[in-house]
Amino acid sequence: MAVRRKQVRLRRDRVFDFLIPASERRLRLDTTHGPILYLEDVTVSFDGFKALNGLSLYIDDGELRCIIGPNGAGKTTMMDVITGKTRPDEGEVSFGQQIDLLDLNEPDIAMAGIGRKFQRPTVFEHHTVFHNLELAMHTNKAVWHTLFAQLTEEQRDRIQEVLRTVGLETHRDRLAGLLSHGQKQWLEIGMLLMQDPRVLLVDEPVAGMTPQETERTAELLTGLAGRHSVVVVEHDMDFVRSIARKVTVLHEGSVLAEGNMDHVQNDPRVIEVYLGD
Amino acid sequence: MLLTRVFHNDPGGRILLGLLLVLAIAVPVFNLAVPESSPFHLSTYTVTLLGKYLCYALLAVALDLVWGFCGILSLGHGAFFALGGYSMGMYLMRQIGTRGVYGDPVLPDFMVFLNWPELPWYWYGFDQFWFAMLMVALVPGLLAFVFGWLAFRSRVTGVYLSIMTQALTYALMLAFFRNEMGFGGNNGLTDFKDILGFNLHADGTRIVLFLLSILMLASGYMACRYIINSRLGRVVVAIRDTEDRTRFLGYRVERFKLWIFVFSAVLSGIAGALYVPQVGIINPGEFAPLNSIEMVIWVAVGGRGTLYGAAAGAALVNYGKTYFTAAMPEMWLFALGALFVAVTVFLPRGLVGLLRRDRGT
Repeated sequence: MAVRRKQVRLRRDRVFDFLIPASERRLRLDTTHGPILYLEDVTVSFDGFKALNGLSLYIDDGELRCIIGPNGAGKTTMMDVITGKTRPDEGEVSFGQQIDLLDLNEPDIAMAGIGRKFQRPTVFEHHTVFHNLELAMHTNKAVWHTLFAQLTEEQRDRIQEVLRTVGLETHRDRLAGLLSHGQKQWLEIGMLLMQDPRVLLVDEPVAGMTPQETERTAELLTGLAGRHSVVVVEHDMDFVRSIARKVTVLHEGSVLAEGNMDHVQNDPRVIEVYLGD
Repeated sequence: MLLTRVFHNDPGGRILLGLLLVLAIAVPVFNLAVPESSPFHLSTYTVTLLGKYLCYALLAVALDLVWGFCGILSLGHGAFFALGGYSMGMYLMRQIGTRGVYGDPVLPDFMVFLNWPELPWYWYGFDQFWFAMLMVALVPGLLAFVFGWLAFRSRVTGVYLSIMTQALTYALMLAFFRNEMGFGGNNGLTDFKDILGFNLHADGTRIVLFLLSILMLASGYMACRYIINSRLGRVVVAIRDTEDRTRFLGYRVERFKLWIFVFSAVLSGIAGALYVPQVGIINPGEFAPLNSIEMVIWVAVGGRGTLYGAAAGAALVNYGKTYFTAAMPEMWLFALGALFVAVTVFLPRGLVGLLRRDRGT
């Protein structure tokens, strides 16, 4: 299987790419053909149950994509595959045209520029809001470096800026564990921003948020698209309608329908899956 | 600058270091300057006992660093302590020279007794103090590195890791009990004469060892504090709380765990090396799993995740042990068990949790 993967990569590389040193080739993000994230024929099975079944999905650079689907459709598994948590049994996953994500582990993928927000807000509860953002910051994350690292003026400004963006300025020195559920969601989005990723994978960002918070989240996410590619997994249909330009419906581990919201909502198969549930 | 970083938001640490300073001045004065006839005289026995508690305190601080801050419950820290102790013991054995029972200039007594023709290769170099001191840090560090590298890379966590550390120390105990290992078997290493030419039984040497223990506890504490207050410390606490999240932020979790585990092992080794010349013996019993579990109890009793709490816990529990094993020997293990249960149920943050009402770490 490993052999097959290499062949595909050769096909995708340009003819003279072998002239580029391997180390640079691996880390160069190439999106000249449009998509920043390629998933091709990805299959993941757990004890015979196929969580993903030949899933193919392309996310364009700078796109805001919503992914919906009933429970068990494979949305979270898909995120696990992209971020390196789960290895697919079959298929290709690449970041741009050249970075094969299946060769990398979680920290590598994070450093390459893919950030992830978990379904349940996951922040460091025993650290202050400020330190949460500091830890997420895109910088040298090697062990010895972190032992002696000091924040530069520029980095402080950056943290301050993100604090403002997510509206947690007044909570700067509070422990993250003391924040409300919605604030934790915001903090985690702030941490994603600090990572400065090219792709943001956002799992249910508005779960447990008040309507006002939901609205601000929608503004924030649409504001991010363009500079970043944003992939949102969400159950809240109103929210999806308010932000989505393109929607992908997953069902039983593969793509059922794809297109704009109206198109998807009128698709008879989508109606059947959602009403059948 | 450095000190503000070390003591930032750490009143307990300031009290601990203040206390150590008082001990460093008072103990030599009351032991050496006050005449033996005076009721204020501090016996050398007490000095040695206090020195022993200090070594345990350093060990507890090292254990708290990995358990309290990184969430790695090591039930095998006694192994690192004992290896540091053995390294020091081997140096002290070589210092005996011809004063042993058999008078062999090179071979320690037990090797003569076993009819060994020559010194095994792994005893080479231990006649040099600097080499032995290097080994004090290197041997526990290396063991922790190999063990940690394998365990953390395979993402072994929680109770499985604890069981493995327990097995590690148990295996080492069985190995060191064997005469063929060449570390004195059952009896261990003992009957030491002097260290760097100074008589180990002289009051002056005892006081110097005591002061060195204070110095090492203070520096070890400050080093741990420095680590905890650095970004590395925050990453380590982040790993303890949500390992996955930390990984998805781009931190190589296994390397951070390994680093902190090795550092802690080296610190434990140093504690062991200071312990051996003061108590005068090191034997395979130090590897016993029960010992390592007791260490965890010291930390739990004092207050996990505070460092100074661990040091206080080690001193208090061991004082209790000294008292109980003299007054009612058969009661000690029951008392220890009861203490552990009581602390877990009533004082989840240990004794210092009673004093601290502020935010945790």
